Amino acid sequence: MTGGRVTFREGLRYRGGLNMYAWALHRLTGLGVLAFLAVHIIETFFLTLGPDAYNAAISIYKSPFFKVAEIALTFAVLYHAVNGIRVTIQDFWPALWRYERAFIWASAAIFVLAFVPLAILSILPLLRGEY
Amino acid sequence: MASYAGARPSGRFEVIAWLFMRVSGIVLLVMAMTHLVIMHYGITVNELSFDIVAQRWDGPFWRLYDFVLLGLALFHGANGARVVINDYVYSKGWRLLSTTLLVTASVVLMIIGAWVVITFDAARFAV
Repeated sequence: MTGGRVTFREGLRYRGGLNMYAWALHRLTGLGVLAFLAVHIIETFFLTLGPDAYNAAISIYKSPFFKVAEIALTFAVLYHAVNGIRVTIQDFWPALWRYERAFIWASAAIFVLAFVPLAILSILPLLRGEY
Repeated sequence: MASYAGARPSGRFEVIAWLFMRVSGIVLLVMAMTHLVIMHYGITVNELSFDIVAQRWDGPFWRLYDFVLLGLALFHGANGARVVINDYVYSKGWRLLSTTLLVTASVVLMIIGAWVVITFDAARFAV
């Protein structure tokens, strides 16, 4: 510690356990979704300029790059949702914090079950060359 | 830790913010997930167009839905980013500056988004 501050490396070292990775990924995915939301609001604004302007704006999304970005967005939204609910449940019933590791693994399983089918749905048209 | 004293405004505002994150989070779980599945997997990005949005916003239901989703998502996200700033930005000046920018950007985005959802009129562009 340097003067009570946590340096980046110390931050990474902090406990270093499963719960820290779950927390770090929660932050990262949250900021990612927020960044997309900002872009999404700006692109929606083009609706007010008419069909040509809006269709031109969203044509940027219709590319392989954004199809991959969409998978990342799905990952972020699903992870943030499942992990957020886990934290909320534990917050309202603090006795459950004892079972945090089990809860993290359970939420990871729910996340995988939800994410994998949607990721496949995104990858298939990409493989078929539709983007 | 002494150096953190006063860094985090504890008290009423933080308690309300904490509760807001959890309540809006639960609502967003349902609303954002539904939005994602319908708009990205039901209708795909390839099919999305001005006409599709005009159709969706023809009635009040999806307009209201999108308005509520916009507000909850934006303020849930903005408050999350505020907490992140509080965690990593120590200097008072930088914290004030970054938080001010965050709040300003959020309010501007909310106004733009709300204005579009409420006032959008596809008939203006009908040929």
